[in-house]
Amino acid sequence: MAVVFERPKSLIDIPTHYCPGCTHGIVHRILCEVIDEMGIEGDTVGVCPVGCSVMAYDYFNCDMIEAAHGRAPAVATGVKRTNPDKFVFTYQGDGDLAAIGTAETVHVATRGENIVVIFINNTIYGMTGGQMAPTTIPGQVTQTTPYGRDPELAGYPVKVCEMLSTLTGTAFAQRVAVDTVPHVREAKKAIRKAFENQKEKRGFSIVEVLSTCPTNWGLTPLEAIKRLQDEMIPYYPLGVYKDVTEGVFSHSEKGGNE
Amino acid sequence: MKGNEALAEAAIRAGCKCFFGYPITPQTELAAYMAKRMHKAGGVFLQAESEIAAINMVLGAASTGVRAMTSSSSPGISLKSEGISYIAGSDLPAVIINVERGGPGLGGIQPSQADYWQATRALGHGDFHLLVFAPASVQEMVDMVVKAFDRADKYRMPAMILADGLLGQMMEPVSFPEINPDAYDKSGWAANGHGFKREHHIINSLYLKPDELQNSVYERFERYEKIKQTETDAELYLTEDCDILVCAFGATARVAKSAVNSAREAGIKAGLFRPKTLWPYPVKEINEACKTAKKLLSVEMSMGQMIDDIKLAINCSKPVEFFGRTGGVVPTPAEILEQIKKIGGAE
Repeated sequence: MAVVFERPKSLIDIPTHYCPGCTHGIVHRILCEVIDEMGIEGDTVGVCPVGCSVMAYDYFNCDMIEAAHGRAPAVATGVKRTNPDKFVFTYQGDGDLAAIGTAETVHVATRGENIVVIFINNTIYGMTGGQMAPTTIPGQVTQTTPYGRDPELAGYPVKVCEMLSTLTGTAFAQRVAVDTVPHVREAKKAIRKAFENQKEKRGFSIVEVLSTCPTNWGLTPLEAIKRLQDEMIPYYPLGVYKDVTEGVFSHSEKGGNE
Repeated sequence: MKGNEALAEAAIRAGCKCFFGYPITPQTELAAYMAKRMHKAGGVFLQAESEIAAINMVLGAASTGVRAMTSSSSPGISLKSEGISYIAGSDLPAVIINVERGGPGLGGIQPSQADYWQATRALGHGDFHLLVFAPASVQEMVDMVVKAFDRADKYRMPAMILADGLLGQMMEPVSFPEINPDAYDKSGWAANGHGFKREHHIINSLYLKPDELQNSVYERFERYEKIKQTETDAELYLTEDCDILVCAFGATARVAKSAVNSAREAGIKAGLFRPKTLWPYPVKEINEACKTAKKLLSVEMSMGQMIDDIKLAINCSKPVEFFGRTGGVVPTPAEILEQIKKIGGAE
């Protein structure tokens, strides 16, 4: 009998530690599908920093490095600079990428470091039990915003693709979601594009994936998907924010900083 | 050659392929030299966005099996401590240079040895050590950088050169030894792409099961025990018959040596013990050096940090006095001689 659907070879066949309904699994899968389709598992080094995906080194079959909270872009820089012909990616959450690692994130992009960043935005700190993230939406209740995020007290969320698309070193920035089959397909296309950019040495690529965290949102997996659609996508619009191959630039760059 | 530049040249000759740094006084000449030379030597020079990023770039490069280093001065080393702990926990080789300045806080920019405790006790969270080398001349800076890269690879652990602003800025003639860089096979652990030829490699310091973490620390400490047996190094000067043993390292030891010579001229039997490795501490060597001594005197550019190791090393079997200057003030030979005389006179 012909197998029509199987596990990607670069995704190791063991149970993950992720909660039921968490969309990390989907993103892991499409990332590994891209790695398989491009045949690059043997030439890829992944960097997973502190966060829910810190143990992803047990799931991805390429060489893996675990990094400190926020430091994956710096670690990836060290890898890429010494191995410019290898594929290097980081897989980071929102607290990691947009709070403690903001400097590393901005500078890896502005250097045009030729790597891929997969950014999981679920508007909350998952592993530590549901605290306010830099991407927590105003009004959202978390463990550390028990009355809802009040921008007067806790400031506003960071919109990562919008911010990084202003930097000349960024070659590609796209925000995707994994709530529906068409969106998952779109997400996979974006990840493929990011890796193709790396192959062609175009510079820094980031794919921001709007994801769910049913456990810390206190919702069922289906309710979580609905929240992603009703609250997250309107606040974090999907789309291509920068693509040097398609002539998509941010307003600031159009304004003539190049 | 200037001390800071000699450190950089020695690193390149020792096969260092990557330098990641962030500007800070008084080690800037090192990074500037690297910026000039590294690309020509076929390596990587990158000015990072922070000390934190620089040490993590070192972690990334070292993970792929390449010789990498960073340098900084005291406040910058504090920022690097997180990354140093991860490097140690991931069993990666790396070389870190600290051209010390006065502290705490922003402190000053003049020479200091007040990071002794930090280097030998607490360069980051968790149970671990670094190899710590203490040069006292520009030539020793060269020799110790070469040795640090070698030993870091041999034992798969970070190594530090603990210099100070005085040594960094000092100019002396140097000769570069013949070096056989990177003789170690790292293919068994380096994460640089498996090429479908082996299992995937994981560079990691996370162990959520306590017994697994304990075992990884135990394994590291077994290595440390071997290092303590084989890697200590010290200079013993006029110690065979000494009544007073002056103990000092780095630039301070040079000043102390002058004082010891003056003391001898004045008829006081003084000797000098100069540790060249601060971790592991030369326990056997100091016990040898103080055999005839009635008293020891630790001279440091701090409020007294190495004195703890001296007392531990000799098991407090003899009185250990202290004289120090801090904040960037360098002790003078006359001051140290006065201390020697005071201690000798109290016999």
